[in-house]
Amino acid sequence: MSDSLATVLLAMLAGSLRVSTPFLFVSIGECLTEKSGRINLGNEGVLVLGAMVAYATSYETGSPWIGVLAAAFAGLLLGALHGAVCSLARVNDVAMGIAIMLAGTGIAFFFGKPYIQPSAPLLPGIPFGWWSGSSQVQNALLVCPLFLLGIAAAIGLHWCFNATRVGLRIRIVGDSQDAALALGLPIDRIRFLATACGSALAGIGGAFLSLYYPGSWNEGLSSGQGLMAVALVVFARWNPIYCIYASLLFGAAGALGPSLQTVGITWGYYLFYAAPYIVTLVVLIITARGGRSLAGMPGQLSIGR
Amino acid sequence: MSGASAVPATAAPAAASAPPTADRWYPLRRLAEALLAPLLALVAAAALFSVFLLFLGQSPLEFVELVWRGAFGSWFSIQNTVQRAAPLLLTALCVALPGQLGLVIIGGEAAVVLGGLMATVAALPLVNTGPWVVVPVMAIAGAAMGAFWIGISGWLRAKLNVNETIASLVLAYIGLALFNHFVEGVLRDPASLNKPSTYGIGEQNMLDLVPWLEIHPGLPVGILACVAAWILIYRTSLGFASRVTGGNLRAAMLQGLPVTRLILLACALGGACAGLAGAIQVAAEFGRANASLNAGYGYTGILIAFLARFNPLAILPMALLLGGLDAAGGLLQRRMDLPDATILVLQGMIFVMILASDTLYGRIRWFQPRGGA
Repeated sequence: MSDSLATVLLAMLAGSLRVSTPFLFVSIGECLTEKSGRINLGNEGVLVLGAMVAYATSYETGSPWIGVLAAAFAGLLLGALHGAVCSLARVNDVAMGIAIMLAGTGIAFFFGKPYIQPSAPLLPGIPFGWWSGSSQVQNALLVCPLFLLGIAAAIGLHWCFNATRVGLRIRIVGDSQDAALALGLPIDRIRFLATACGSALAGIGGAFLSLYYPGSWNEGLSSGQGLMAVALVVFARWNPIYCIYASLLFGAAGALGPSLQTVGITWGYYLFYAAPYIVTLVVLIITARGGRSLAGMPGQLSIGR
Repeated sequence: MSGASAVPATAAPAAASAPPTADRWYPLRRLAEALLAPLLALVAAAALFSVFLLFLGQSPLEFVELVWRGAFGSWFSIQNTVQRAAPLLLTALCVALPGQLGLVIIGGEAAVVLGGLMATVAALPLVNTGPWVVVPVMAIAGAAMGAFWIGISGWLRAKLNVNETIASLVLAYIGLALFNHFVEGVLRDPASLNKPSTYGIGEQNMLDLVPWLEIHPGLPVGILACVAAWILIYRTSLGFASRVTGGNLRAAMLQGLPVTRLILLACALGGACAGLAGAIQVAAEFGRANASLNAGYGYTGILIAFLARFNPLAILPMALLLGGLDAAGGLLQRRMDLPDATILVLQGMIFVMILASDTLYGRIRWFQPRGGA
């Protein structure tokens, strides 16, 4: 019994390290965007588009790293579209995000059709489990370099928010439009850039999906990670460092069903599949209990109302 | 990109010397404004999509011709369009009704599949009682399930201040997981090998096509629901209270309007519509609950509701438009070798443009009230 428990826990650790990376990238991207006072539900579309572009580029050029760059660029473009349209007066950023999600998914499916069959070069893993004789442990600790890059990006973003002039400006624009106006900050431009850069990060998350785990391109690749990341940012209280922990937690929840399957528990597979969504819902309820003044929430965010 | 916003503001000279009477023509001009903005957005999206097609070396004219032929060209294609538009009428209401209160509910998909599942479950013990019992029971069960599921999002919003957009979406995934759990588990008919399905409700209990017209029975239901929703929103005090709440939440609360109850009611009614759509799909098309229910009707409904600016009567033409595009997909694939995602690209462009066109409201002076109104 304890043996199978260890198997489940190990599988969950492995799954968590893998499944969490897209969450990590989308959530820090979303965190950046939301800190500037705007919400981007379109990152779901960016994730899918990023996955397709990364896979296609990797296949065409033979280099997965160029694929990652291309995914970031595709995300940048889609985020720029969201940022530009949302800076028009009266445009609802929540609804616009849904539109961007639809557009991004549509473009990805349209151009991605020829790439479903061929296999592209994937990203290599870094074997952190070399010290162990067990192949299971070795397998679990085969970490994608993008995961480390994501952690570095989260730490960098945290530093940027707290120690740099740029970060301070983003926070001012996000917290108080009045203060930003008084300081003469270019509000729309800052939000535009924050949205575009946030989506570029989300695009890298998509590259992870197609180039590392699950490591192929198909139309059912994303299961709403881009949208769950919005809840994850709420859970992480708009703090990039907490985004890392939250992503790992969501990753572990997502790995629950497949992990139980490895020891033969197949009952309720679909219910365990819902675990991360249930976690999201519980997180939303817990964090919303305090009412309007959520600690750390940017004051201009439209979902705060 | 934002072609719609490049329209020059036709600044009519303000009637400074107008007598201090109400501006009689304002309601008409307001209507014109409400028609013009989405129209411009559709034109802009069409232009953008034409550029997209030209870029691919395809002819936009051929595209339009094929869409027309595939969607409305013959009675057969009209039947096909209606078949796809019928559930969309109801799922669009699932967005438009809560939308009156300023809520954005995007989880209609789960209400459709769970509504269809619950309708099937309710029908199973009654299979031998005949359609006059089975069909109403299915409709009630489906609507109740949908109302419950979207009602959860409304309750979370009203009572716990949870953002309804994210909550409804997360609940959509949970609902789909529940659906799969039951359809591939306890309720599965062992005879359904390739496509896990529940037991059937029986051929004799299924809804026929509307007699004489030979069209999908969901169409009259959807039209009735849209008209009823329009009356509810624009001709009752309940609808007025909802629109006040959507316009200004604090003002509504100050007036003592029952905001919590309004939110719950709007979400429940919207969910009931989507659940009913699921029940009708089962009763009219599949005869059992399976993955065919999960065909994206809930998501297309969001787009239609926004296209219609949450006006239930405007949902009718918009649902036909998008149902038609969907119906033409097969023809496009065969004739122009365009993948089925083409329609998704076009939908995305329309959606972006429609939302961008919101910025036009109030920009053009000619449409604004004048004088002492």
